[in-house]
Amino acid sequence: MIARMQALGEQGLNFCGTFGRAGLFLLATLLRRPRLIRTFPLLVNELYSVGVLSLIIIIVSGLFIGMVLGLQGYNILVDFAASEKLGTLVALSIVRELGPVVAALLFAGRAGSALTAEIGLMKATEQLDSMEMIGVDPLWRIISPRLWAGFIALPLLTLIFSAVAILGGYLVGVQWLGIDGGSFWSNMQATVHFREDVVNGIIKSLVFGFVVVWIAVFQGFDAVPTSAGISRATTKTVVYSSLAILGLDFVLTAMMMGGW
Amino acid sequence: MDNSHDHLVKIRNVHFKRGERQIFSGIDMTIPKGKVVAIMGPSGCGKTTMLRLIGAKLKPSQGSIEVDGQNIHRLSRKQLYTARRKIGLLFQSGALFTGMSVFENVAFPLREHTNLSELLIRDLVLMKLQAVGLRGAAGLMPSELSGGMARRVALARAIALDPQLIMYDEPFTGLDPIAMGVIVNLIRRLNDALGLTSIVVSHDVSEVMGIADYIYVLADGKVIGEGTPESIKHTQSPRLEQFIQGLPDGVVPFHYPAKDYAEELLA
Repeated sequence: MIARMQALGEQGLNFCGTFGRAGLFLLATLLRRPRLIRTFPLLVNELYSVGVLSLIIIIVSGLFIGMVLGLQGYNILVDFAASEKLGTLVALSIVRELGPVVAALLFAGRAGSALTAEIGLMKATEQLDSMEMIGVDPLWRIISPRLWAGFIALPLLTLIFSAVAILGGYLVGVQWLGIDGGSFWSNMQATVHFREDVVNGIIKSLVFGFVVVWIAVFQGFDAVPTSAGISRATTKTVVYSSLAILGLDFVLTAMMMGGW
Repeated sequence: MDNSHDHLVKIRNVHFKRGERQIFSGIDMTIPKGKVVAIMGPSGCGKTTMLRLIGAKLKPSQGSIEVDGQNIHRLSRKQLYTARRKIGLLFQSGALFTGMSVFENVAFPLREHTNLSELLIRDLVLMKLQAVGLRGAAGLMPSELSGGMARRVALARAIALDPQLIMYDEPFTGLDPIAMGVIVNLIRRLNDALGLTSIVVSHDVSEVMGIADYIYVLADGKVIGEGTPESIKHTQSPRLEQFIQGLPDGVVPFHYPAKDYAEELLA
């Protein structure tokens, strides 16, 4: 019993230690003096890598999720003779919840894991060490552009995801199941509010983007420099990011619903 | 060696511990300017750790390391990064940036630390690559290079900013005889031509003996021998003799400490 408690305590201490190191790592990265002329091309590169290259999975997933939502929503609403409300259902579900959450989960799986593996491999092959020995700070050169790129990219990907998903709902509801297109769009327009729905969704995606990229770059930087270590770090990125996204989504939704 | 004032690196009473294991317990070394100094010793004796201490990647628990008159571990982060521009470290793996071509790898330090025009950077990179015989490989990616070529590119990158000190971590490991000959020759030639100071960490006795001006041999956290290659070769110390001649058993036992063999088998 005592041994179990000791093990639990040790795990707790390890968690606190890792969390503390992650916090210091983030602080050190954010406090690096920005050098705009030099940083901008690096940022553009990373935006391409984490943003543009994630577009396919975001667009395809958004389309299918919107289509499924349209189909399921129609089958429920039609029983209440409220199928014209499909546009409202699809848009609110996507903009408030599914857009930010699913886009962030996909982003963690696609870009987060790639970031961790890339940085972990750079550590394992001594590229980060050699950069330091050349007199270039890896936090500035490697970590900072990736952190900012993720922070910028996810809200944009979320907007694209939401737009495509609504289009998917429209294709199923209007083009396939025959709902009136005018009522689909006008009901959506009447019930989706920019501040309460769209902006709140963007705020969520900003928070998720920040957390996912923080977890991803820290796990890569902190990885044990072996193949098993990198594999473990990549897994941790996806698991921790997913849990953080879902947990934070509840907290943020509660805050937003509570009139925050 | 201690009588000369013309030293680039001074290591005084350095102690270093990793976890519970004491790696160094009171190391003193002096690296004179313009010389090739080798640090030798059996695997796991802390040779690479010593390079990391000199480059301030690690911090000693006691003692001091001065590079060009500055205590490298007392510098601020900014001062340290500035000081590192005068130090080149050639990693065992080469540690080339895998996402950049050979040309971009060598240009990297120049782009980061100077405001030279692209035209001048191009010329400098080609000159450095010419010095290591790989000007023709400028367009290749690191994945297209052999181990020996990767190390030569890393060497070109390490000398890109014309450092005062260059440190080589096991530069001969895993190379075929031709590549090894090329690297051995380059270390000596670059040191003399560019007026560098070189520290070579290796356990390849014959190669090191051929290029070093002075040798330190480490074991059990201490310097167990030092001198010119000639004096090391003719040493009377049994421990040094075992290492230099590559004898499998001796003062350094072949067997890792264990219980009595017969006793363990019969248990």
